[in-house]
Amino acid sequence: MRSGRKRMKYSYYPGCTLKTKAQQLETFALKAAALLGLELEEQAEWQCCGAVYPLAEDEVATRLSSVRALAAARDKGEKLVTLCAACHHVIKRVNDDMQAKEELREKVNSYLQLPAPYLGEATVVHYLEALRDDVGFDKLAKLVKKPLAGRKIGAYYGCLLLRPAEIMQFDDPENPTILEDFLRALGADPVVYPGRNECCGGYVAVTDKEAARDISRAVVRSATGCGVEELVTACPLCQYNLAENGGPAVKLHYFTELLAEALDVR
Amino acid sequence: MQRIGVFVCWCGSNIAGTVDVAQVAQSAAAMPGVVYAKDYQYMCSEVGQNMIKQAIAEHGLTRVVVASCSPRMHESTFRKTAAAAGLNPYLVEVANIREHCAWIHKDKAEGTKKAIALTRAAVAKATLNAPLVAGESGVEKRALVIGGGIAGLQTALDIADAGYAVDIVEKSPSIGGKMAQIDKTFPTLDCSACILTPKMVDAATHENITLYTYSEVESVSGFVGNFEVAIRQKARSVDAKKCSGCGLCAEKCPSRKAKSEFDEGLRTRGAIYIPFPQAIPNVPVIDRDECTYFKTGKCGLCSKICPASAVSFEQADEVITQRYGAIVVATGFDMIELDKFGEYQYGQHPDVITSLEFERLTNAAGPTGGKFVRPSDHKKPKKVVFVQCVGSRDTSGRGKPYCSKICCMYTAKHAMLIRDKYPDVEASVFYIDVRTPGKNFDEFQRRAVEEYGVQYIKGMVGKIFPEQDKLMVHGVDALSGETVVIDADLVVLASATKAKDDAEALGRMLSISTDTHDFFTEAHPKLRPVESHTAGIFLAGACQGPKDIPETVSQAGAAAAKAIGLLSKKKLVTNPCVTTVNEALCSGCLACEKICPYGAIAAKTIELTNNGVKETRVVAAVNEALCQGCGGCTVACRAGAIDLKGFTNRQIMAEVDAICF
Amino acid sequence: MIRTKVTPTTQTEALAEVLDICGTNAANCMQCGKCSATCPASSRMDVLPHQVVRLLQAGQVEKVAASQTIWSCASCFACSARCPRKVDPARLIEAVRLSVVRKAGGNYLKADAVPALADEAMPQQALVSALRKYSK
Repeated sequence: MRSGRKRMKYSYYPGCTLKTKAQQLETFALKAAALLGLELEEQAEWQCCGAVYPLAEDEVATRLSSVRALAAARDKGEKLVTLCAACHHVIKRVNDDMQAKEELREKVNSYLQLPAPYLGEATVVHYLEALRDDVGFDKLAKLVKKPLAGRKIGAYYGCLLLRPAEIMQFDDPENPTILEDFLRALGADPVVYPGRNECCGGYVAVTDKEAARDISRAVVRSATGCGVEELVTACPLCQYNLAENGGPAVKLHYFTELLAEALDVR
Repeated sequence: MQRIGVFVCWCGSNIAGTVDVAQVAQSAAAMPGVVYAKDYQYMCSEVGQNMIKQAIAEHGLTRVVVASCSPRMHESTFRKTAAAAGLNPYLVEVANIREHCAWIHKDKAEGTKKAIALTRAAVAKATLNAPLVAGESGVEKRALVIGGGIAGLQTALDIADAGYAVDIVEKSPSIGGKMAQIDKTFPTLDCSACILTPKMVDAATHENITLYTYSEVESVSGFVGNFEVAIRQKARSVDAKKCSGCGLCAEKCPSRKAKSEFDEGLRTRGAIYIPFPQAIPNVPVIDRDECTYFKTGKCGLCSKICPASAVSFEQADEVITQRYGAIVVATGFDMIELDKFGEYQYGQHPDVITSLEFERLTNAAGPTGGKFVRPSDHKKPKKVVFVQCVGSRDTSGRGKPYCSKICCMYTAKHAMLIRDKYPDVEASVFYIDVRTPGKNFDEFQRRAVEEYGVQYIKGMVGKIFPEQDKLMVHGVDALSGETVVIDADLVVLASATKAKDDAEALGRMLSISTDTHDFFTEAHPKLRPVESHTAGIFLAGACQGPKDIPETVSQAGAAAAKAIGLLSKKKLVTNPCVTTVNEALCSGCLACEKICPYGAIAAKTIELTNNGVKETRVVAAVNEALCQGCGGCTVACRAGAIDLKGFTNRQIMAEVDAICF
Repeated sequence: MIRTKVTPTTQTEALAEVLDICGTNAANCMQCGKCSATCPASSRMDVLPHQVVRLLQAGQVEKVAASQTIWSCASCFACSARCPRKVDPARLIEAVRLSVVRKAGGNYLKADAVPALADEAMPQQALVSALRKYSK
């Protein structure tokens, strides 16, 4: 998989926010992908993932758009790759539901009437996982033209990539390393701080700005307390909360922005 | 035709609750060969047993079937009953209508039907039972104790005091175990070393005790009274006979990277080292993975400076083979790894430590000389937070679902000792429940609260956020419903206890079972708590489940008593249910020899005359002393030439036929 | 306030509805409080997560349904991830929240209120999430 020549094809699911408020997250991801041999072909008719995974067992309709995306990837025989942490969370968990919950699987399929019923065959990976597992951080490191040396960068994981760990299978939910390893590959010396896997406040920002402020400030305080000056995120809502509610103490980037910067394709 | 008596037990309501026992007796009365059938409330009681004896006499019974609990429980009881009435004990058959029927069914009609089927099978088998006579075997008057912690030491001393030879095999370089690492013991707060080290000396100097330290059990064969054990004594690289224990080598060893196991990694040790000053034997050992000489061939300083020329790089492992009548397993426990509990920052921050590390940190002989300082900057902490149940009572997969049993008490001890010595230090304990059911235990914990002012908070810690030189401990007070934060200087985690990592492997070697958490399983949780399921192998201490010192010592004494009881016997009755080979059918393929787990089958050459021509043939032969009657060979035998006495192929088939009636 | 005595029971329709929605239950909880200790949104909660679970154990769904807690939970799953007993407080809270918003007039956030709450930078993701969580 790590051969230099072979291009790796993925069924790419962007999600709504990447086409509007979080264009940088996508733009730089695609630029870097071209250089790294990752071919991200955007799905033809993707729909909003619903932004939150329906925790209710009895909700079928709110899972359907994810299943459509999953079936599209399955039909092409490609891994479904995501960029936004929320989309990734929703689609990955719905895929797990389709594998594990028989009753739900039947309901969804009788509703969707796909040419071939979807049984959870697709593999969902986040862009970072593709970088780690398919490209390899060692290879990425070799392609870096402008190393991010000397900068005090902290990784912000948030919640949705990590939890629940048994389904997300992303990293150790309490001591994750993938973003730090990624930053190291880019030549940075990442700062580990305890708030990196704590919540940003999420959608609570819409109805209770004060609460969101408390929550995201706690994250930023944890980061700056350890000397962090810049934070990377993988989620538009995290980015928004830390920037708007967390205060001006740190500079924020999507991880793809730093990727493009280090590869000199920004 | 046999004259069979069937005795159906109610077992109070255990069986009678889901099985119509009267109907079982009534149906049994009509079964072929049955001349007498009766049900009774407690067949195992004196009244019940007399009922059986009387029926044997009055009705001239030639076979007895008892439909009751598992034969594991009372087969021997009813065999004795039959023998007392003059019947060969192996003519008794037990139908298990409790564990195999009453306990697992709810529907009485269904349960009754099944109980009748099981009884019919037992009747069919009993019809074919043959009288068997048990043989005898001798008892090797020597015991093996595996593990040299407080459990093993106490067991060995008790057995040795009774006049029997005992060998202790201890994996690490010194005896003493976990208790040697502990500072004070609850609930009396006496010094652990002061009560343990004299026992260590007693064991080392006892004329009946031989110590094999830095040694492991490599293989076990044989059976009760006659075990043969190979012990691998690992090379110390120091000649114990020459070594004076001066410690010069350990002091001068230039390699200082290895973490001291005894001090829980809180300080380093040399590649050649004595685990702790009171170690027994007081002979250093070279950790060959750490030693420069073993890694590069250079150095050898210890050898050069040893005044007794005791260092021996050439020393090799030695395997000692010894026979034992009894084995006591006393291998102890460990604490779980905390790598799945990242929220507590253990391993990420030096001032988050485990309780065992805390023992070393506050021990006068520990890495700080008993000075109470935190690892990061060696400053005295002002606020200490203890967290209980770190991985105990945890069903999430991160920890262990059981209660570790010792943490409530030792945490109270730790907090109390701090407050006693340093009244200016604040101590808080996060707990889920305080469990102190022991003599003077609850009084002890209450003293920590009432007299020493330890702040007990019912609730867990969510996460610890290191901020500058503080550990911000975020928790909850579930009773008041307040969220809590404490700016601690030191956090002590009461991590869950676990079985030794190699317990399952040792269990397999000894043919004793382990539970789902790898603790060794006792033969009966109430009535046989120190025996394993394998005759002659006993259990002592925390290898059987979490235990404190008083409980461990009691269990060690009990295990010793069991071992002494066994060793004191002149002869043991052997199980007559062994296999026999029908030489006329045996083709000599010896598939049975390969499958036998006890090495009880070997090839034998026999001479026979075939149509007047003398010829020799190879057949299988069973050593009845070694055969445990598992029956594996009877299944492996393609010719059907092997049969197990008491469980012959005909008997089994008759049982199956009766069930499919 | 006036305190009235309650009778703990698991035989209520409201509890059955909640447990039906979430497909999990609260019986495993031994009230260690880990969820409340770890909840980043606890400062806005009148009923802490471990109290939510306890109230559900005792069948008192109404108290949870009337709490601020169900609107303050951000579904970060820290409680469920760190729970030592495999209880899923986030899912239980979601179920109570749904049992409220699924009823007529139960919406906590109405679509026409959104423009006033949103700012220029707020991503679509936030609005979709909030509407999904707070309304039906």
